[in-house]
Amino acid sequence: MTIKGKAYIAGIYEHPTRHAPDKSTAQLHAEVAKGAIEDAGLSKDDVDGYFCAGDAPGGAWPMVDYLGLNTKKLRHVDSTETGGCSYIIHLGHAAEAIAAGKCSIALITLAGKPRTGVMPPRAAGAEADFESAYGATTHNAYGMCAMRHMHDYGTTSEQLAWIKVAASHHAQYNPHAMLKDVVTVEDVLNSPMISDPLHRMDCCVVSDGGGALIVTTPEIAKSLKKPLVKLIGHGEAMKGPRGGKDLDLTYSAGIWSGPRAFEEAGITPKDIKYASIYDSFTITVLMQLEDLGFCKKGEGGKFVADGNLISGVGKLPFNTDGGGLCSNHPVNRGGMTKVIEAVRQLRGEAHPKVQVKNCDLAIAHGTGGLLGVRHAASTAILERV
Amino acid sequence: MVDAKKYPAPVTNPETAAFWDAASRGKFMIKRCTACGEAHYFPRSICPFCYSDKTVWEEASGEGTIYTWSLMRKSPTGPYAIGYVTLKEGPSLQTNFVDCDLEKLKIGQKVKVVFKPTDGAPLPFFTPA
Repeated sequence: MTIKGKAYIAGIYEHPTRHAPDKSTAQLHAEVAKGAIEDAGLSKDDVDGYFCAGDAPGGAWPMVDYLGLNTKKLRHVDSTETGGCSYIIHLGHAAEAIAAGKCSIALITLAGKPRTGVMPPRAAGAEADFESAYGATTHNAYGMCAMRHMHDYGTTSEQLAWIKVAASHHAQYNPHAMLKDVVTVEDVLNSPMISDPLHRMDCCVVSDGGGALIVTTPEIAKSLKKPLVKLIGHGEAMKGPRGGKDLDLTYSAGIWSGPRAFEEAGITPKDIKYASIYDSFTITVLMQLEDLGFCKKGEGGKFVADGNLISGVGKLPFNTDGGGLCSNHPVNRGGMTKVIEAVRQLRGEAHPKVQVKNCDLAIAHGTGGLLGVRHAASTAILERV
Repeated sequence: MVDAKKYPAPVTNPETAAFWDAASRGKFMIKRCTACGEAHYFPRSICPFCYSDKTVWEEASGEGTIYTWSLMRKSPTGPYAIGYVTLKEGPSLQTNFVDCDLEKLKIGQKVKVVFKPTDGAPLPFFTPA
Protein backbone atom coordinates (compact mmCIF):
# COMPACT_ATOMS: atom_id res chain seq x y z
CA MET A 1 0.00 0.00 0.00
CA THR A 2 1.39 3.37 -1.01
CA ILE A 3 0.11 6.89 -1.64
CA LYS A 4 2.53 7.30 -4.55
CA GLY A 5 0.72 9.07 -7.36
CA LYS A 6 -2.69 8.65 -5.74
CA ALA A 7 -3.22 12.31 -4.85
CA TYR A 8 -2.58 15.58 -6.66
CA ILE A 9 -2.29 19.13 -5.35
CA ALA A 10 -4.83 20.94 -7.50
CA GLY A 11 -5.19 24.22 -5.61
CA ILE A 12 -2.83 26.50 -3.70
CA TYR A 13 -3.24 29.90 -2.11
CA GLU A 14 -0.94 32.00 0.03
CA HIS A 15 -2.49 35.00 1.73
CA PRO A 16 -0.69 38.16 0.59
CA THR A 17 -1.10 39.83 3.98
CA ARG A 18 1.77 39.96 6.42
CA HIS A 19 -0.10 42.07 9.00
CA ALA A 20 -3.86 41.77 9.45
CA PRO A 21 -5.03 43.62 12.60
CA ASP A 22 -8.31 44.40 10.83
CA LYS A 23 -9.25 40.76 10.15
CA SER A 24 -10.32 37.84 12.33
CA THR A 25 -8.37 34.57 12.36
CA ALA A 26 -11.41 32.62 11.13
CA GLN A 27 -11.79 35.19 8.34
CA LEU A 28 -8.20 34.57 7.22
CA HIS A 29 -8.96 30.81 7.14
CA ALA A 30 -11.99 31.54 4.95
CA GLU A 31 -9.99 33.81 2.65
CA VAL A 32 -7.28 31.20 2.08
CA ALA A 33 -9.88 28.42 1.66
CA LYS A 34 -11.66 30.50 -0.98
CA GLY A 35 -8.34 31.27 -2.67
CA ALA A 36 -7.27 27.62 -2.94
CA ILE A 37 -10.70 26.41 -4.04
CA GLU A 38 -10.79 29.08 -6.79
CA ASP A 39 -7.19 28.32 -7.79
CA ALA A 40 -8.25 24.71 -8.37
CA GLY A 41 -11.34 25.80 -10.31
CA LEU A 42 -13.69 24.10 -7.86
CA SER A 43 -16.51 25.27 -5.59
CA LYS A 44 -16.68 25.01 -1.81
CA ASP A 45 -19.58 22.57 -2.13
CA ASP A 46 -17.21 20.12 -3.84
CA VAL A 47 -15.05 19.78 -0.71
CA ASP A 48 -15.58 16.44 1.07
CA GLY A 49 -12.49 16.40 3.31
CA TYR A 50 -11.24 19.09 5.70
CA PHE A 51 -7.87 19.29 7.45
CA CYS A 52 -6.78 21.86 10.01
CA ALA A 53 -4.44 22.14 13.00
CA GLY A 54 -4.27 24.02 16.29
CA ASP A 55 -4.43 27.43 14.61
CA ALA A 56 -8.04 26.88 13.45
CA PRO A 57 -10.28 28.69 15.96
CA GLY A 58 -12.16 26.09 18.00
CA GLY A 59 -10.85 23.16 15.96
CA ALA A 60 -12.40 21.23 13.08
CA TRP A 61 -16.12 21.34 13.76
CA PRO A 62 -16.42 25.10 14.37
CA MET A 63 -14.28 25.70 11.28
CA VAL A 64 -16.31 23.37 9.06
CA ASP A 65 -19.42 25.26 10.16
CA TYR A 66 -17.87 28.73 9.84
CA LEU A 67 -16.45 27.97 6.39
CA GLY A 68 -19.89 26.88 5.24
CA LEU A 69 -18.58 23.57 3.92
CA ASN A 70 -21.17 21.20 2.51
CA THR A 71 -21.88 18.94 5.49
CA LYS A 72 -24.04 16.62 3.38
CA LYS A 73 -20.91 15.88 1.40
CA LEU A 74 -18.06 16.31 3.93
CA ARG A 75 -17.04 12.83 5.02
CA HIS A 76 -13.46 13.05 6.25
CA VAL A 77 -11.90 15.31 8.90
CA ASP A 78 -8.37 15.40 10.37
CA SER A 79 -7.08 17.90 12.92
CA THR A 80 -3.61 16.45 13.50
CA GLU A 81 -1.59 19.03 15.41
CA THR A 82 2.17 18.88 14.99
CA GLY A 83 3.07 22.57 15.01
CA GLY A 84 4.62 24.05 11.90
CA CYS A 85 4.74 20.80 9.93
CA SER A 86 1.04 20.00 10.57
CA TYR A 87 0.11 20.95 7.01
CA ILE A 88 2.74 18.70 5.42
CA ILE A 89 1.42 15.87 7.59
CA HIS A 90 -2.13 16.84 6.51
CA LEU A 91 -1.03 16.57 2.89
CA GLY A 92 0.08 12.98 3.48
CA HIS A 93 -3.03 12.13 5.46
CA ALA A 94 -5.22 13.65 2.73
CA ALA A 95 -3.46 11.44 0.18
CA GLU A 96 -4.06 8.39 2.41
CA ALA A 97 -7.75 9.26 2.75
CA ILE A 98 -8.05 9.83 -0.99
CA ALA A 99 -6.25 6.55 -1.76
CA ALA A 100 -8.64 4.76 0.60
CA GLY A 101 -11.68 6.40 -0.99
CA LYS A 102 -12.59 8.29 2.18
CA CYS A 103 -12.68 11.65 0.39
CA SER A 104 -11.93 13.02 -3.07
CA ILE A 105 -11.41 16.77 -2.62
CA ALA A 106 -9.56 17.73 0.55
CA LEU A 107 -9.12 21.28 1.82
CA ILE A 108 -6.24 22.11 4.19
CA THR A 109 -6.12 25.56 5.83
CA LEU A 110 -3.70 27.51 8.01
CA ALA A 111 -4.13 31.10 9.24
CA GLY A 112 -3.42 33.32 12.21
CA LYS A 113 -2.07 36.60 13.50
CA PRO A 114 1.01 36.32 15.75
CA ARG A 115 2.23 39.72 14.50
CA THR A 116 -0.99 41.39 15.64
CA GLY A 117 -1.09 39.69 19.04
CA VAL A 118 0.45 36.98 21.18
CA MET A 119 -0.67 33.47 20.26
CA PRO A 120 -2.50 31.43 22.93
CA PRO A 121 -0.19 29.03 24.80
CA ARG A 122 -0.05 25.36 23.89
CA ALA A 123 -1.50 22.86 26.39
CA ALA A 124 1.13 21.53 28.81
CA GLY A 125 2.59 18.04 28.44
CA ALA A 126 3.68 15.60 31.13
CA GLU A 127 7.07 17.34 31.21
CA ALA A 128 5.67 20.74 32.29
CA ASP A 129 6.83 20.73 35.93
CA PHE A 130 10.30 19.59 34.85
CA GLU A 131 10.82 22.06 32.00
CA SER A 132 8.46 25.02 31.79
CA ALA A 133 10.31 27.12 34.41
CA TYR A 134 13.48 27.07 32.28
CA GLY A 135 12.03 29.29 29.58
CA ALA A 136 12.57 27.27 26.41
CA THR A 137 11.59 29.49 23.48
CA THR A 138 12.05 28.96 19.79
CA HIS A 139 15.19 31.12 19.84
CA ASN A 140 17.06 29.36 22.62
CA ALA A 141 15.81 25.85 21.75
CA TYR A 142 17.28 26.23 18.25
CA GLY A 143 20.26 28.07 19.72
CA MET A 144 21.04 24.96 21.78
CA CYS A 145 21.01 22.84 18.60
CA ALA A 146 23.29 25.28 16.80
CA MET A 147 25.67 25.44 19.76
CA ARG A 148 26.07 21.66 19.86
CA HIS A 149 26.29 21.36 16.06
CA MET A 150 29.15 23.87 16.08
CA HIS A 151 30.84 21.94 18.90
CA ASP A 152 30.53 18.52 17.25
CA TYR A 153 31.10 19.45 13.61
CA GLY A 154 32.86 22.83 13.55
CA THR A 155 29.89 24.53 11.90
CA THR A 156 30.35 28.31 11.88
CA SER A 157 28.12 31.38 12.13
CA GLU A 158 29.43 32.40 8.67
CA GLN A 159 28.11 29.14 7.21
CA LEU A 160 24.72 29.59 8.87
CA ALA A 161 24.61 33.16 7.55
CA TRP A 162 24.79 31.88 3.95
CA ILE A 163 21.30 30.39 4.43
CA LYS A 164 19.87 33.83 5.23
CA VAL A 165 21.86 35.36 2.37
CA ALA A 166 20.34 32.86 -0.09
CA ALA A 167 16.81 33.51 1.21
CA SER A 168 17.33 37.25 0.83
CA HIS A 169 18.48 36.83 -2.79
CA HIS A 170 15.13 35.17 -3.50
CA ALA A 171 13.00 37.54 -1.41
CA GLN A 172 14.04 40.57 -3.48
CA TYR A 173 11.73 39.29 -6.23
CA ASN A 174 8.73 38.60 -3.97
CA PRO A 175 6.55 41.72 -3.77
CA HIS A 176 4.86 40.37 -0.63
CA ALA A 177 8.09 39.56 1.26
CA MET A 178 8.53 41.36 4.59
CA LEU A 179 12.30 41.69 4.11
CA LYS A 180 13.25 42.41 0.48
CA ASP A 181 16.80 43.67 0.93
CA VAL A 182 19.63 41.42 -0.16
CA VAL A 183 21.94 40.88 2.81
CA THR A 184 25.53 39.70 3.16
CA VAL A 185 27.22 37.25 5.52
CA GLU A 186 28.65 40.28 7.35
CA ASP A 187 25.16 41.76 7.78
CA VAL A 188 24.03 38.56 9.49
CA LEU A 189 27.09 38.38 11.73
CA ASN A 190 26.74 42.05 12.67
CA SER A 191 23.06 41.72 13.61
CA PRO A 192 22.45 41.54 17.39
CA MET A 193 22.92 38.23 19.20
CA ILE A 194 19.48 36.97 20.21
CA SER A 195 20.25 33.62 21.82
CA ASP A 196 23.79 32.29 21.38
CA PRO A 197 24.92 31.47 18.77
CA LEU A 198 21.95 32.76 16.75
CA HIS A 199 21.90 36.36 15.55
CA ARG A 200 18.75 38.28 14.72
CA MET A 201 19.19 37.52 11.02
CA ASP A 202 19.42 33.81 11.77
CA CYS A 203 15.78 34.07 12.89
CA CYS A 204 12.66 34.08 10.73
CA VAL A 205 10.13 36.91 10.63
CA VAL A 206 6.92 37.07 12.64
CA SER A 207 3.94 37.55 10.36
CA ASP A 208 0.20 37.27 10.16
CA GLY A 209 -1.28 35.41 7.23
CA GLY A 210 -2.06 31.91 6.09
CA GLY A 211 -2.37 29.50 3.23
CA ALA A 212 -4.45 26.64 1.91
CA LEU A 213 -4.20 23.58 -0.31
CA ILE A 214 -6.64 21.49 -2.32
CA VAL A 215 -5.64 17.83 -2.62
CA THR A 216 -7.61 15.58 -4.92
CA THR A 217 -7.73 12.38 -6.98
CA PRO A 218 -5.73 11.97 -10.21
CA GLU A 219 -9.00 11.88 -12.18
CA ILE A 220 -10.38 15.11 -10.77
CA ALA A 221 -6.99 16.86 -11.04
CA LYS A 222 -6.80 15.91 -14.74
CA SER A 223 -10.29 17.38 -15.31
CA LEU A 224 -9.12 20.79 -13.98
CA LYS A 225 -7.03 23.43 -15.74
CA LYS A 226 -3.93 23.71 -13.55
CA PRO A 227 -0.58 22.04 -14.32
CA LEU A 228 -0.52 18.63 -12.66
CA VAL A 229 1.47 18.15 -9.46
CA LYS A 230 1.31 14.80 -7.74
CA LEU A 231 2.48 13.57 -4.36
CA ILE A 232 4.84 10.62 -4.82
CA GLY A 233 6.29 10.21 -1.35
CA HIS A 234 5.50 11.20 2.20
CA GLY A 235 7.00 10.68 5.62
CA GLU A 236 6.38 11.78 9.18
CA ALA A 237 8.27 11.28 12.43
CA MET A 238 8.73 12.59 15.96
CA LYS A 239 11.69 13.04 18.26
CA GLY A 240 12.23 14.10 21.88
CA PRO A 241 14.69 13.66 24.73
CA ARG A 242 13.00 10.34 25.58
CA GLY A 243 13.95 10.02 29.22
CA GLY A 244 17.24 11.79 28.59
CA LYS A 245 19.02 8.80 27.06
CA ASP A 246 21.68 9.41 24.38
CA LEU A 247 20.63 13.03 23.91
CA ASP A 248 21.71 14.28 20.48
CA LEU A 249 20.44 17.68 19.38
CA THR A 250 22.42 17.69 16.12
CA TYR A 251 19.79 15.79 14.18
CA SER A 252 16.03 16.13 13.79
CA ALA A 253 13.15 13.74 13.18
CA GLY A 254 13.78 14.53 9.51
CA ILE A 255 16.38 11.77 9.67
CA TRP A 256 13.40 9.36 9.70
CA SER A 257 10.68 11.24 7.79
CA GLY A 258 13.02 12.00 4.88
CA PRO A 259 14.13 8.44 4.03
CA ARG A 260 10.52 7.24 4.39
CA ALA A 261 9.41 9.79 1.80
CA PHE A 262 12.32 9.13 -0.57
CA GLU A 263 11.79 5.39 -0.37
CA GLU A 264 8.11 5.72 -1.20
CA ALA A 265 8.91 8.08 -4.08
CA GLY A 266 11.63 5.77 -5.37
CA ILE A 267 14.08 8.63 -5.86
CA THR A 268 17.11 10.04 -4.01
CA PRO A 269 18.05 13.56 -2.87
CA LYS A 270 20.24 13.88 -5.99
CA ASP A 271 17.08 13.83 -8.13
CA ILE A 272 15.53 16.86 -6.39
CA LYS A 273 15.56 20.07 -8.46
CA TYR A 274 14.03 22.39 -5.85
CA ALA A 275 13.80 22.20 -2.06
CA SER A 276 11.38 23.96 0.28
CA ILE A 277 12.97 23.53 3.70
CA TYR A 278 11.43 24.97 6.84
CA ASP A 279 13.58 27.91 7.87
CA SER A 280 12.39 28.98 11.30
CA PHE A 281 16.10 29.58 11.87
CA THR A 282 19.16 29.12 9.71
CA ILE A 283 20.20 26.11 11.82
CA THR A 284 16.83 24.47 11.07
CA VAL A 285 17.69 24.41 7.37
CA LEU A 286 21.25 23.21 7.87
CA MET A 287 20.28 20.29 10.11
CA GLN A 288 17.43 19.22 7.85
CA LEU A 289 19.54 19.29 4.68
CA GLU A 290 21.85 16.84 6.46
CA ASP A 291 19.00 14.75 7.84
CA LEU A 292 17.29 14.50 4.45
CA GLY A 293 20.52 13.27 2.88
CA PHE A 294 21.47 16.25 0.71
CA CYS A 295 24.88 16.03 2.38
CA LYS A 296 26.52 13.99 5.12
CA LYS A 297 25.83 14.69 8.80
CA GLY A 298 28.14 17.47 9.91
CA GLU A 299 28.81 18.74 6.38
CA GLY A 300 25.79 21.05 6.19
CA GLY A 301 27.94 24.11 6.82
CA LYS A 302 30.09 23.42 3.78
CA PHE A 303 27.00 22.51 1.73
CA VAL A 304 25.13 25.79 2.29
CA ALA A 305 28.16 28.10 1.94
CA ASP A 306 29.04 30.23 -1.08
CA GLY A 307 25.52 30.54 -2.41
CA ASN A 308 24.80 26.85 -2.97
CA LEU A 309 21.13 27.43 -2.07
CA ILE A 310 20.64 30.41 -4.42
CA SER A 311 18.48 29.72 -7.47
CA GLY A 312 20.52 29.99 -10.67
CA VAL A 313 23.79 30.02 -8.72
CA GLY A 314 23.98 26.94 -6.48
CA LYS A 315 23.21 23.27 -6.82
CA LEU A 316 20.12 23.19 -4.60
CA PRO A 317 17.79 26.17 -4.99
CA PHE A 318 15.74 26.51 -1.80
CA ASN A 319 12.84 28.64 -0.54
CA THR A 320 12.58 30.74 -3.67
CA ASP A 321 9.79 32.85 -2.16
CA GLY A 322 12.24 34.12 0.47
CA GLY A 323 10.93 31.59 3.00
CA GLY A 324 10.35 32.28 6.66
CA LEU A 325 13.67 34.08 6.94
CA CYS A 326 12.52 36.88 4.61
CA SER A 327 8.98 36.50 3.24
CA ASN A 328 6.55 35.32 5.93
CA HIS A 329 5.93 32.84 8.71
CA PRO A 330 2.16 32.75 9.12
CA VAL A 331 1.08 31.67 12.61
CA ASN A 332 4.75 30.91 13.42
CA ARG A 333 4.24 27.81 11.25
CA GLY A 334 6.20 27.32 8.06
CA GLY A 335 4.92 24.03 6.64
CA MET A 336 2.12 25.41 4.49
CA THR A 337 4.17 27.99 2.61
CA LYS A 338 6.82 25.33 1.97
CA VAL A 339 4.32 23.19 0.07
CA ILE A 340 2.90 26.21 -1.78
CA GLU A 341 6.26 27.39 -3.15
CA ALA A 342 7.18 23.83 -4.15
CA VAL A 343 3.93 23.61 -6.15
CA ARG A 344 4.65 27.00 -7.76
CA GLN A 345 8.06 25.73 -8.85
CA LEU A 346 6.60 22.53 -10.32
CA ARG A 347 3.86 24.47 -12.10
CA GLY A 348 6.40 26.96 -13.44
CA GLU A 349 4.61 29.75 -11.58
CA ALA A 350 7.54 30.93 -9.42
CA HIS A 351 8.99 34.39 -10.13
CA PRO A 352 10.96 34.16 -13.42
CA LYS A 353 14.13 35.32 -11.63
CA VAL A 354 14.00 32.33 -9.28
CA GLN A 355 12.12 29.74 -11.33
CA VAL A 356 14.16 26.54 -11.54
CA LYS A 357 14.49 25.27 -15.13
CA ASN A 358 12.86 21.93 -15.92
CA CYS A 359 11.67 21.65 -12.35
CA ASP A 360 10.07 18.20 -12.26
CA LEU A 361 10.87 16.98 -8.73
CA ALA A 362 10.62 19.01 -5.54
CA ILE A 363 10.69 18.38 -1.82
CA ALA A 364 8.72 20.22 0.87
CA HIS A 365 9.97 19.48 4.36
CA GLY A 366 9.16 20.94 7.73
CA THR A 367 9.39 20.48 11.45
CA GLY A 368 7.01 21.46 14.23
CA GLY A 369 7.57 22.12 17.90
CA LEU A 370 11.08 22.85 19.17
CA LEU A 371 14.03 21.13 17.50
CA GLY A 372 15.99 21.42 20.74
CA VAL A 373 13.25 19.94 22.90
CA ARG A 374 10.60 17.76 21.23
CA HIS A 375 9.30 18.04 17.72
CA ALA A 376 7.69 16.44 14.68
CA ALA A 377 8.92 16.40 11.09
CA SER A 378 7.24 15.73 7.80
CA THR A 379 8.54 15.34 4.27
CA ALA A 380 6.59 15.48 1.01
CA ILE A 381 8.02 14.69 -2.41
CA LEU A 382 6.16 16.18 -5.34
CA GLU A 383 6.42 15.53 -9.06
CA ARG A 384 5.28 17.51 -12.07
CA VAL A 385 3.32 15.27 -14.42
CA MET B 1 25.06 37.76 40.69
CA VAL B 2 21.67 38.45 42.25
CA ASP B 3 19.08 35.88 41.27
CA ALA B 4 15.79 37.60 41.98
CA LYS B 5 13.84 35.75 39.30
CA LYS B 6 10.54 34.31 40.50
CA TYR B 7 9.97 30.74 39.39
CA PRO B 8 6.57 29.05 39.12
CA ALA B 9 5.71 26.40 41.71
CA PRO B 10 5.48 22.86 40.34
CA VAL B 11 1.88 21.67 40.06
CA THR B 12 2.96 18.08 40.93
CA ASN B 13 0.86 14.93 40.47
CA PRO B 14 0.73 11.43 42.01
CA GLU B 15 3.39 10.14 39.61
CA THR B 16 5.95 12.82 40.47
CA ALA B 17 5.05 13.91 44.04
CA ALA B 18 7.94 11.93 45.57
CA PHE B 19 10.42 13.91 43.42
CA TRP B 20 9.14 17.21 44.78
CA ASP B 21 8.93 15.94 48.36
CA ALA B 22 12.60 14.96 48.11
CA ALA B 23 13.48 18.29 46.49
CA SER B 24 11.96 20.04 49.51
CA ARG B 25 14.51 18.10 51.61
CA GLY B 26 17.36 19.12 49.27
CA LYS B 27 17.58 15.76 47.52
CA PHE B 28 17.74 15.43 43.73
CA MET B 29 16.03 12.23 42.60
CA ILE B 30 15.96 10.27 39.36
CA LYS B 31 14.07 7.11 38.47
CA ARG B 32 15.79 3.84 37.62
CA CYS B 33 14.23 0.74 36.12
CA THR B 34 15.17 -2.41 38.00
CA ALA B 35 14.18 -4.56 34.99
CA CYS B 36 16.53 -3.04 32.37
CA GLY B 37 18.80 -1.09 34.71
CA GLU B 38 18.40 2.23 32.82
CA ALA B 39 17.97 5.54 34.64
CA HIS B 40 15.69 8.19 33.15
CA TYR B 41 14.58 11.81 33.67
CA PHE B 42 11.97 13.34 34.13
CA PRO B 43 10.54 10.57 36.31
CA ARG B 44 7.87 8.20 35.00
CA SER B 45 6.22 5.20 36.64
CA ILE B 46 6.62 3.07 33.50
CA CYS B 47 10.18 2.79 32.15
CA PRO B 48 10.29 4.64 28.78
CA PHE B 49 12.90 2.15 27.51
CA CYS B 50 11.55 -1.31 28.38
CA TYR B 51 8.01 -0.53 29.58
CA SER B 52 8.51 -2.32 32.88
CA ASP B 53 6.64 -0.86 35.85
CA LYS B 54 9.54 -1.79 38.14
CA THR B 55 10.91 1.74 38.41
CA VAL B 56 12.37 2.97 41.68
CA TRP B 57 13.48 6.34 43.06
CA GLU B 58 17.21 6.88 43.43
CA GLU B 59 19.04 9.87 44.85
CA ALA B 60 21.33 11.23 42.13
CA SER B 61 24.75 12.74 42.73
CA GLY B 62 23.53 16.06 41.33
CA GLU B 63 26.73 16.19 39.26
CA GLY B 64 26.95 16.38 35.53
CA THR B 65 28.41 18.13 32.49
CA ILE B 66 26.96 20.73 30.12
CA TYR B 67 25.75 19.06 26.90
CA THR B 68 24.71 22.36 25.29
CA TRP B 69 23.53 25.82 26.27
CA SER B 70 22.19 29.06 24.83
CA LEU B 71 22.18 32.48 26.44
CA MET B 72 18.92 34.33 25.83
CA ARG B 73 20.22 37.91 25.71
CA LYS B 74 16.90 39.64 26.46
CA SER B 75 13.70 38.62 28.19
CA PRO B 76 11.13 40.34 30.42
CA THR B 77 13.08 38.97 33.42
CA GLY B 78 16.54 39.65 31.99
CA PRO B 79 19.13 37.38 30.35
CA TYR B 80 19.07 33.68 31.18
CA ALA B 81 20.96 30.60 30.06
CA ILE B 82 19.06 27.46 29.15
CA GLY B 83 20.80 24.18 28.48
CA TYR B 84 21.01 20.45 28.88
CA VAL B 85 23.08 18.72 31.53
CA THR B 86 24.14 15.09 31.20
CA LEU B 87 24.03 13.65 34.70
CA LYS B 88 26.80 11.41 36.02
CA GLU B 89 24.13 8.69 36.19
CA GLY B 90 23.43 8.97 32.44
CA PRO B 91 20.24 10.85 31.65
CA SER B 92 20.33 14.36 30.18
CA LEU B 93 17.89 17.01 31.35
CA GLN B 94 16.83 20.54 30.50
CA THR B 95 17.73 23.26 32.99
CA ASN B 96 18.95 26.81 33.49
CA PHE B 97 22.46 27.71 34.60
CA VAL B 98 22.55 30.08 37.57
CA ASP B 99 24.86 31.87 40.01
CA CYS B 100 27.70 32.30 37.50
CA ASP B 101 28.97 34.39 34.58
CA LEU B 102 26.54 33.25 31.89
CA GLU B 103 28.85 34.34 29.06
CA LYS B 104 31.54 31.90 30.20
CA LEU B 105 29.56 28.65 29.99
CA LYS B 106 31.19 25.88 27.97
CA ILE B 107 30.06 22.55 26.58
CA GLY B 108 31.68 19.81 28.69
CA GLN B 109 31.94 22.04 31.78
CA LYS B 110 31.25 20.31 35.12
CA VAL B 111 28.15 21.49 36.95
CA LYS B 112 26.18 20.57 40.06
CA VAL B 113 22.56 20.86 41.09
CA VAL B 114 21.29 23.77 43.18
CA PHE B 115 17.69 24.26 44.26
CA LYS B 116 15.85 27.57 43.96
CA PRO B 117 12.73 28.33 45.98
CA THR B 118 9.23 28.75 44.58
CA ASP B 119 5.91 29.20 46.36
CA GLY B 120 5.75 25.39 46.38
CA ALA B 121 8.52 22.79 46.06
CA PRO B 122 11.97 24.11 45.06
CA LEU B 123 13.19 23.67 41.45
CA PRO B 124 16.51 22.13 40.40
CA PHE B 125 19.03 24.34 38.56
CA PHE B 126 22.70 23.85 37.78
CA THR B 127 25.78 25.91 38.54
CA PRO B 128 29.49 25.37 37.75
CA ALA B 129 30.97 22.73 40.08
